[in-house]
Amino acid sequence: MTRWICGLWLCLGLICAAGEPTLAAEDVQDVIQTVQSKVVKLYGAGGLKNLASYGTGFLVSPQGHIVTVWSHLLDADTVSVVLSDGRRFFGQVVGTDSRLDLAVLKIDADHLPCFDLSQTAVVGPAAPVLAFSNVFKVAVGDEPVSVMHGVVSAKADLSARRGRYQLPYRGWVYVIDAVTNNPGAAGGVLTTRQGALLGVLGREVRSDESHVWLNYAVPIGELKGAIEDLISGKSRRQDPLANLPAGSDGGYAPIDFGLVLVPDVVFRTPAYVETVVEGSEAEKQGLRADDLIVFANGELVHSLRTLDAVLQKLAPGDDLQLVVRRENELISVTFRVPRKK
Amino acid sequence: MVSCRFRTGFQGGLAACLCLYQCLSVWQAISLAGPVTVPESVLQAESRRIAVMQQAAPAVVAIFAAEGNGGGSGVLIDASGFAVTNFHVVQGQGGFMKCGLNDGRLYDAVLVGLDPTGDVALIRLLGRTDFPHAKIGNSDQVRAGDMVFAMGNPFLLATDLQPTVTYGMVSGVQRYQYPAGTFLEYTDCLQVDASINPGNSGGPLFNASGELIGINGRISVEKRGRVNVGAGYAISINQVMNFLDHLKSGRIVDHATLGATVTSLPDGGVVVAHILENSPAYRRGLRRGDELVSFAGRPIRSVNQFKNILGIYPKGWTVPLSYRREGERHDIQVRLMGLHRRAELIPDEDAPPEEDPRRKGPEGPEEKDHPAPDDHSPEMKPDLKKVEVPSQYAHMFVERREYANAYFNDQALKRVLSGLSDWKASAQATDRWMLTGTLNDTQPVDLRLLPDAVAAKIGGSFSVQKLNEDFQDIPSGTGGLLGALDQLKHFLYDRENYFSELYYLGSEPLPGSQQRVDVIITTKQLMTCRWYFRRDKPELIGFDASLEEDADPCEIRFEATIPAGKTVFPKILKIRHGDADWGRLTLDALQFLTESKTEAQK
Repeated sequence: MTRWICGLWLCLGLICAAGEPTLAAEDVQDVIQTVQSKVVKLYGAGGLKNLASYGTGFLVSPQGHIVTVWSHLLDADTVSVVLSDGRRFFGQVVGTDSRLDLAVLKIDADHLPCFDLSQTAVVGPAAPVLAFSNVFKVAVGDEPVSVMHGVVSAKADLSARRGRYQLPYRGWVYVIDAVTNNPGAAGGVLTTRQGALLGVLGREVRSDESHVWLNYAVPIGELKGAIEDLISGKSRRQDPLANLPAGSDGGYAPIDFGLVLVPDVVFRTPAYVETVVEGSEAEKQGLRADDLIVFANGELVHSLRTLDAVLQKLAPGDDLQLVVRRENELISVTFRVPRKK
Repeated sequence: MVSCRFRTGFQGGLAACLCLYQCLSVWQAISLAGPVTVPESVLQAESRRIAVMQQAAPAVVAIFAAEGNGGGSGVLIDASGFAVTNFHVVQGQGGFMKCGLNDGRLYDAVLVGLDPTGDVALIRLLGRTDFPHAKIGNSDQVRAGDMVFAMGNPFLLATDLQPTVTYGMVSGVQRYQYPAGTFLEYTDCLQVDASINPGNSGGPLFNASGELIGINGRISVEKRGRVNVGAGYAISINQVMNFLDHLKSGRIVDHATLGATVTSLPDGGVVVAHILENSPAYRRGLRRGDELVSFAGRPIRSVNQFKNILGIYPKGWTVPLSYRREGERHDIQVRLMGLHRRAELIPDEDAPPEEDPRRKGPEGPEEKDHPAPDDHSPEMKPDLKKVEVPSQYAHMFVERREYANAYFNDQALKRVLSGLSDWKASAQATDRWMLTGTLNDTQPVDLRLLPDAVAAKIGGSFSVQKLNEDFQDIPSGTGGLLGALDQLKHFLYDRENYFSELYYLGSEPLPGSQQRVDVIITTKQLMTCRWYFRRDKPELIGFDASLEEDADPCEIRFEATIPAGKTVFPKILKIRHGDADWGRLTLDALQFLTESKTEAQK
């Protein structure tokens, strides 16, 4: 079955390639310039080993809403945004969606060139594409970001990780033959040769199965709803409850107790509480944002991962005792583990 | 590997299903129509591309280092065998190397010139006068999105001497790449996604019509080791062409600095942060805090743009610069200073390795950003055995301090000076000259150029430059006209033995004009002269004489010449110093004096 579908796509690919109107060099240059004007350079946290302090984003509203990949870059208090004309702004994180690995920033500007999210495209394998990003931060100031060319190699489900970091996004992606898996490329755009938005270049991860570095883009269609929600304020911060996969089995997650923890960005991310879900058990127990979980059922919590290990072992009806540090105080709370929904 | 299977769950699944459905109907349509036919336009485009590549391939050079110790690529740029490659490819290879072309033959090649800062080297293939060569393009016209192809010897695969082709897109132009190690700064370079790999170094980047637009030399690498990951960099061919005559001079050539550093303002302006008081720019009036408007004809909006422009010019070129101070715009012509001290450019065989820890073996392009710790590329071995010198070409390599190959300087000197016979050989000439004429068509001028002094009577005033003292600014405000005339006398009369240095520099646009001229440099004590020659025929058209390194020269241009023996003598000399014209000297007669009596020579 799989082989049959692959073959089918190959056929379609040939049609696409053949049917592709051949663009004159000037047209391609115009397309590239237009897209480059909507792509921004981002500078934020990082700079440690293998964690670049630079990245890419793209404008989706004339008022300065910028979409990028949710990464360690945004851990800084402010993210520096440099537009294609060289102007520099400070970007505020409007909202993030950890399940889609997505973040929306806002800068204080107006009348900016931007992508129209109602004018995006979907293509199949073998479609010629362009990838734009500030890979290796080659461009600075008003220098245009780098453009690469390639074709869609496949549309496929993605399961990938980097080190112990598991990519949360689970949908299908464009796998491309241009090498986009490089520092700074995440948050860039994949477009058609005509400049229509196809997807967002993903972060540097390897395939779970083969461990090869993946060159891929998350299709914009999968992100569009979330982007619009984040911009409109419908979901201000990540709202994992709404996106919880139905009937997920095996163990518990902090959200089951009404806790949203900080994103797991480094090897030992401390288990800080990002927000407490309104009306949840955690709120009733008096937990607050910025509490640091230091013990779980008597085990020292080094990082989000050790906490996760404890939560995975829980069964309905168990007790979960957490010790959190708030300022210089240690506070102990105990939950009754609920039955899974 | 990722599975080639469509997600059929909720959310994105629906869109995918629709696609699949559409695709099914398309597929059915194809199967009814029979085998897929490729449109004629696609086939034509393909055969055009193949034709262009086949046309380009004969100019591509595969360079093999001695004893199989790496190698690289190059490209022929003229029929006489001059070929461009990277400095880091020929570095440490000695004077001779073996080069292969796609005709299947191996040629001897000799090193000609080196540009360590720009990572460029010039070599000359030997044994033919009809070498195939690349058509030179204009890299300033390259745009992001242009399709290009690289040719060369990646991973040294071209053992059959057929170059490898990699095709790609220009990702960016006018890129600035910080120096790797001491030298090797890539300015104003082309960024491409065509796969450039170790061994491609020095090879050509062609545009879609097969014109040479760059020299591949560097890639960005990171976690995957020293292989291409989508970002390669080529030195723009226009930069190479600026340096070409300098490289043909057989020297180790230097890049330029303005003698000032610049910084960007939050609003996007670029201002002078520091400026050396001994720089020509300072003498032309540039000061700290001035805002740069344009440089060498290009607008300046970022520090990188400034560095880009600076990087494409050889030391000593004069370029226009415009700056703004208190709202007022100033336009000046600035001679660019050398980036390095002369001694810095001389390869030091005993240099400790930490001086340039990122110097790589000849096989690979220099990398930037993240040097791979697991790099297994061969390091340069100082005791590398050189290619056996082919006996019929042995005379074509002459080692001399500050030269890559002094043989080529001697040849260039001979060519440029061929129109100026040494007057000492002529029976009539002596080293005691008497010149008479007028200044600005009004004041009578009487000049004596003698072995111990130069004396002038201009109008009613006398001035003397004693030659057992340092040259001075005499007459005052000329920048040392009397000293300059003394140098002119020696340049014409006995240049072979008089000067402490006499060499061919290369070519440059004559300051203040677009005319490209050949330049010869002489020094005597602290006095340095730049002698300008037409390039179409070897005719001296003027010179600049500087009293010392950091002084504005006395600039002399010949407006008319008179025949004098086998050569010519300037009749009208336009004299300029600093920012101002000083005067126009018309010479009516030159007489050679003997100890006691005069011998007329019109």
